Amino acid sequence: MTRKQRRLTLIAAALAVLGVALGLVLFAMRDSIVFFYSPTDIEAKAVAPGTRLRLGGLVAAGSVVKGEGQNVTFAVTDTNRSITVRYTGLLPDLFREGQGVVAEGVLEGPGLFRADSVLAKHDENYMPREVADSLKEQGLWQHSGKADAPAGSPTTASE
Amino acid sequence: MFVETGHYALTLALGLSLVQFLMPLWGATVRDGALAAIATPAALAAFACVALAFSALTYAYATSDFSLVNVVENSHSLKPFVYKLTGVWGNHEGSMLLWVLILTLFGAMVALSRRAVPSRLRHLTLAIQGAVAFAFLAFIEFTSNPFLRLDPAPFEGQDLNPILQDPGLAVHPPLLYIGYVGFSISFAFALAALIEGRIDAVWARAVRPWTLTAWLFLTLGIAMGSYWAYYELGWGGWWFWDPVENASLMPWLAGTALLHSTIVMEKRDALKVWTILLAILTFSLSLLGTFLVRSGVLTSVHSFATDPTRGAFILAILVVFIGGGFALFAWRAPLLRQGGLFAPVSREGALVVNNLLLVTACATVFIGTLYPLALEALTGAKISVGEPFFNATFLPIVMPLLALIPIGQTIAWKRGDLLGTLQRLWVAYGAGIAGALVVLALVRGGPVLALVGIGLGVYLVVGSAVDIFHRAGGARVALPVMLRRALGLPRSAWGTAIAHAGVGITVLGIAAQAWSTETLAVVNRGDLVSAGGYTLRLDAVFPRTAHNYREDVARFTVLRDGRIVGTVEGAKRLYVTRGMPTTEAGIMTLGPSQLYVSVGEPQPSGGLGVRIYWKPYVLFVWLGAVVMAAGGLLSLTDRRLRVAAPAAARARMVPAE
Repeated sequence: MTRKQRRLTLIAAALAVLGVALGLVLFAMRDSIVFFYSPTDIEAKAVAPGTRLRLGGLVAAGSVVKGEGQNVTFAVTDTNRSITVRYTGLLPDLFREGQGVVAEGVLEGPGLFRADSVLAKHDENYMPREVADSLKEQGLWQHSGKADAPAGSPTTASE
Repeated sequence: MFVETGHYALTLALGLSLVQFLMPLWGATVRDGALAAIATPAALAAFACVALAFSALTYAYATSDFSLVNVVENSHSLKPFVYKLTGVWGNHEGSMLLWVLILTLFGAMVALSRRAVPSRLRHLTLAIQGAVAFAFLAFIEFTSNPFLRLDPAPFEGQDLNPILQDPGLAVHPPLLYIGYVGFSISFAFALAALIEGRIDAVWARAVRPWTLTAWLFLTLGIAMGSYWAYYELGWGGWWFWDPVENASLMPWLAGTALLHSTIVMEKRDALKVWTILLAILTFSLSLLGTFLVRSGVLTSVHSFATDPTRGAFILAILVVFIGGGFALFAWRAPLLRQGGLFAPVSREGALVVNNLLLVTACATVFIGTLYPLALEALTGAKISVGEPFFNATFLPIVMPLLALIPIGQTIAWKRGDLLGTLQRLWVAYGAGIAGALVVLALVRGGPVLALVGIGLGVYLVVGSAVDIFHRAGGARVALPVMLRRALGLPRSAWGTAIAHAGVGITVLGIAAQAWSTETLAVVNRGDLVSAGGYTLRLDAVFPRTAHNYREDVARFTVLRDGRIVGTVEGAKRLYVTRGMPTTEAGIMTLGPSQLYVSVGEPQPSGGLGVRIYWKPYVLFVWLGAVVMAAGGLLSLTDRRLRVAAPAAARARMVPAE
């Protein structure tokens, strides 16, 4: 092969691989991406039942009902609208009423959501960022700094 | 007082790194070698200063000096001593100090490798290294000072996040940082070559041990992090395609490509410009990882508490080094003498395909990680890109790559014989197909992809053995001769074979997870649950206290065919100081497989909710990574590299053992 042919082979191979990768990415973007919604979003955007999504908000106070086996029902609210979530399995350590939560699963019907995973994060001050943002949008965010902040004010070591 | 000394030393290191940055550049401009040589003592002194600062912070932690904000926020006098020490890097400020400590350590090692690296190249490399150190020291000094005092000092600290009170913290961050930071050396070498306008096989030989070292530590760091997440988080998962995990995977993929392209450059004097580009790219991805974790743009298990000034500062560092690196590349790369072209069917051709696939795989991870951020910034829509995306994009690119590994490994340099190479590997194909069939017969079904994975894994391991066999003379010589020759093969040949077999072992472990089971159950005392051929009986539920937590423990007896195999305990733990609950998984290792017990809450009807996983051959996932790293280490001790870099190789052997 001449130099030119060799170079062309290389370029053609590179373009082929990149083309395939691009195709895969575009295909996956269409099928395997999950949107995040708050209960209000779901109503406002008229999300069709059967859609897979991530639902975020606060666990409504007094809504957690533990059934037989490991079935749990609770309501996720953004204080404006709320949606009932059904879930089977162990809840995360930090799952509590009044705390932020993100549930991933399928919208079954109006106001009813079937979750296959429930996330709360590993920190007592934590709220999932999506939840915090959507609460901020609705003016419900209360900034709670660290409750147990150390007394006194920091000074630099060189002083 | 020692703390003030530490802070002073840190500030001194900032000045020294500036000297290390500017002097060689000045020296290079006025062609004064003595001026450039100042970089060597500057690099050594900067390391000594940062080491002193790090010791001061460690001392403050060891003695629970609660007059330091950093110690108050992350320690507690009752914490076990070992976690007081590892707590030094269990927080943003301390971990940045560790980052810079490793950076300056590498700088000092380059400064000392006099025989391995020509002096001009060494001085320019130290200059770039100094610039990186200066930027990160300034970052620590101005936004993340770990030496802030508190007045009045409280009597007690707020304790370290319980998730971090684990041996994993002792090992995972240092390994990972050695990997990330190690690639800064490849980056510095690349920019030095661009400034010098000269690049050749000597450069490749000088840079390869550093890349290999960084790569092997990054491999171990990622594997360690994965295992830690697996046993600590209590979900039984070992890879979540979490953005921060991806942030460590991207430099690994690019670094693996770099490692292979450097070989082509060393052996065949080709792919020069590409290698330089990869070196810049790999370190850019390392910096991107640092930015993603510390800027607060992501929420993740790994992210640190953040404030916006830090994010902006790191973004500035990112822009300067990545932008500067690529700008220098665009300006100077055309000046480099191009290497030769070569035949597509050859070892170097195979390595080009390796690079192409690795970089493409890296690009899909990059898109999957950053697209959600970009989309949210542009349109406000929040999406999550998870496992389905990566299964659909990453796997189809990586699987052909895996299939090509043994072929590339056995094919000859310059002009390969494709047909002959393919024929030589027949044992490997046979073993792969047989492996998949045996698994199919044993488990009666399973996902096709997992069976393909089993086949690929076996093929990779056997393919490596076939490679060694043929290099040693194969069937043409008597067996004792073959074995003797095999032992006499260069260590780099063994290193390659072992590392590739390690890839196979990891692939086997990942594929086997298709047959893992998850059982949800509510159990009372005496109830039986079965998982993976074993039966678990709940024997006792009891409270237990330790000095800084209390826990409710569920003890199971594990039985097989009526015989007791052992006991396993899962627990719900409450860390008293932070009032934070955690789930402590109970894990029983049975050969390479594991039983994994996660305890939930007591049910209203009585009984305890539990989740029991059977994880067949799960240890292979991490064992493979350890084998890969062992292959890298063996390759590092190869005579070829040792002759080139005797002092450096000896220095590196010590921490790696």
